[in-house]
Amino acid sequence: MTEVLSPRDRISEALRTANANGKVGLVPFITAGYPDKDLFIDTLKAIAREGNVVEVGVPFSDPMADGVTIQRSSHAAIAAGVSLHWIIDELTAAGDIGAPVVLMSYMNPLLAFGFDELAAKSAAAGVCGFIVPDLPWEESELFRDVLDSKELALVQLVTPATPDPRLELLCKGSQGFVYAVTITGITGGDVALPPEVTNYLDQVKSHTDLPVCAGFGVRHAEQVANLGSHANGVIVGSALVERLEAGDDPAAFLAGLRA
Amino acid sequence: MESEVDKQQGADLLARLIGNELPDEHGRYGPFGGCYAPETLVPALARLAENVYRYLDDDNFMAHLDSQLRGWVGRPTPLTHAAGLSERWGAAVFLKREDLAHTGAHKINNALGQALLAREMGAKRVIAETGAGQHGVATAAACARVGIPCTVYMGAVDIQRQAPNVDRMYQLGAKVVPVETGDRTLRAAIDEAFRNWVADPEGSYYLLGSAVGPHPYPYLVQRLQSVIGTEVREQMLSIAGDLPDIAVACVGGGSNAIGLFHPMLADESVEFLGVEAGGYGPGLGDNSATLAAGEPGVLHGSYSVLLYDDNGQIQETHSISAGLDYPGVGPEHSLLKAIGRVSYVTATDDSALSALQECCAAEGILPALESAHAFAGARDWAQQNPGKRIVIGLSGRGDKDMPTLSQHIPTPIVASGDAA
Repeated sequence: MTEVLSPRDRISEALRTANANGKVGLVPFITAGYPDKDLFIDTLKAIAREGNVVEVGVPFSDPMADGVTIQRSSHAAIAAGVSLHWIIDELTAAGDIGAPVVLMSYMNPLLAFGFDELAAKSAAAGVCGFIVPDLPWEESELFRDVLDSKELALVQLVTPATPDPRLELLCKGSQGFVYAVTITGITGGDVALPPEVTNYLDQVKSHTDLPVCAGFGVRHAEQVANLGSHANGVIVGSALVERLEAGDDPAAFLAGLRA
Repeated sequence: MESEVDKQQGADLLARLIGNELPDEHGRYGPFGGCYAPETLVPALARLAENVYRYLDDDNFMAHLDSQLRGWVGRPTPLTHAAGLSERWGAAVFLKREDLAHTGAHKINNALGQALLAREMGAKRVIAETGAGQHGVATAAACARVGIPCTVYMGAVDIQRQAPNVDRMYQLGAKVVPVETGDRTLRAAIDEAFRNWVADPEGSYYLLGSAVGPHPYPYLVQRLQSVIGTEVREQMLSIAGDLPDIAVACVGGGSNAIGLFHPMLADESVEFLGVEAGGYGPGLGDNSATLAAGEPGVLHGSYSVLLYDDNGQIQETHSISAGLDYPGVGPEHSLLKAIGRVSYVTATDDSALSALQECCAAEGILPALESAHAFAGARDWAQQNPGKRIVIGLSGRGDKDMPTLSQHIPTPIVASGDAA
């Protein structure tokens, strides 16, 4: 008899399984319904075949922690009629898409939906957790409690600016995985990891038994390979959204990252 | 999340607000406020909060700020008895002349205080957003005075309608960056300034211009703008021999209003009226009347009343005045509305324009379009409440609005024979 995993443990398990198979975990991100609303579920299934956990961006009118690509995709998705209700309905209709789904959303769409209803409907739609970039730990108790009732993860973000006692608090409090943001500017062809990044990732890992995923603006296989020894997974966001905008095959791009 | 406040809670919250116990240690004004910031900024905001409480309670810092407010800003600004408006409205009308402060608006009180704080904190550069351009000009001037480089983010729409202020910022040494994303007004400029701060939270100081944003900004801005109400209180007692029956101010984010209201909240005889931008009228997207039409939500780092749709997307707004064209409001205003200590009404574009013309004709003063909303609200209130003492927050001068004004009220060309 196999044990049934809670939604949040499904996230951790998927990343650990990748590591056990000798691979760094891959967490592709797309803005829901962008660039083509009709292709949302097909695209999600395609990236779920290559990724271990998939992250679905709920578009928000004021994405103050995002760069130009996600701003562009968010505004276009809103204009096309994408909403949190629509996303939940699509995921519910689609059933299992092949990998655990994490929703990334700013606070206001979550508030407008209503926390209790959101937790119930998300769980029913197969969502395993949430990432909320404008919900720091100190403000998160209410939402965390609601998600707890359905065993959904609230993934905490940490950054190189996070001082050590706080880093430990956030790592201990995170669920599913720890999202390690780095703002040290690894872009384009620069594939070497500076020691401050590897030190930071090692420090994050030292505070948690959960998988640690690095959000970098990862674009190249060399970066993914280099990160593999310091993080359990990598998050691929803007680069993937740009490939989708260009009409490229997202699965081929993702496969290439771990080639 | 909770946003209802019952009568007993309201009385307790007001007492705590007056007793300087709010915001609490979580940055809350009752249910409102808090710190909904990206994790990257949390340490920077904590450091800012530490320094805010340290320096605003430091006698040396405050004495230096006070001397700069006197010698450079030109404070105290006068309280002018508006004889013409008083006669027209059947009231005793007094104008708090923030239009006479250096750079032409109340924004300089906050910009100077924060620029001095930024210097104490060792900031290498200052970033700021601006809507009408008044905060941008004030920040550019204050940073030049204090000696810190400054970059101002301004929506492309606002750059067009407030062109004179863009040139002023440039002359004062600021770098002005047009914001082409989102609604290309104040809200998009704040988004962009936050993004820039996220990229360099240690070296940059974000000089936020209104009583909005994550803790400690609403408190910091209230403290720095409270010089307005503190002066008004003394000036009314010495000029009119009594406190006003009502103080009236326009409310966008709400910094000049909170500066005028806060120091008199304890005076039970004084009523307060905040006037929001009613735009074209009550239709969705036709105004910026946040407290009149909004719901509590999270934008730009705090939980406060906002204009948003069923999906939580922030609503596009409209106002003839760029400084009021904002879908949110400071958390202290949300509390003051919830507990009923301040009444909030709206004034339409047309009503603000007619009040502006009336002020020009009766007083020889051209108010900013933002301030004109306060005049419109005060005029309506005076009709319902004859014979009262009214203080209007004249938050800024209207020179910057000439491009907009000449569009709405074309200047007639007088033939030389008619000039006499």
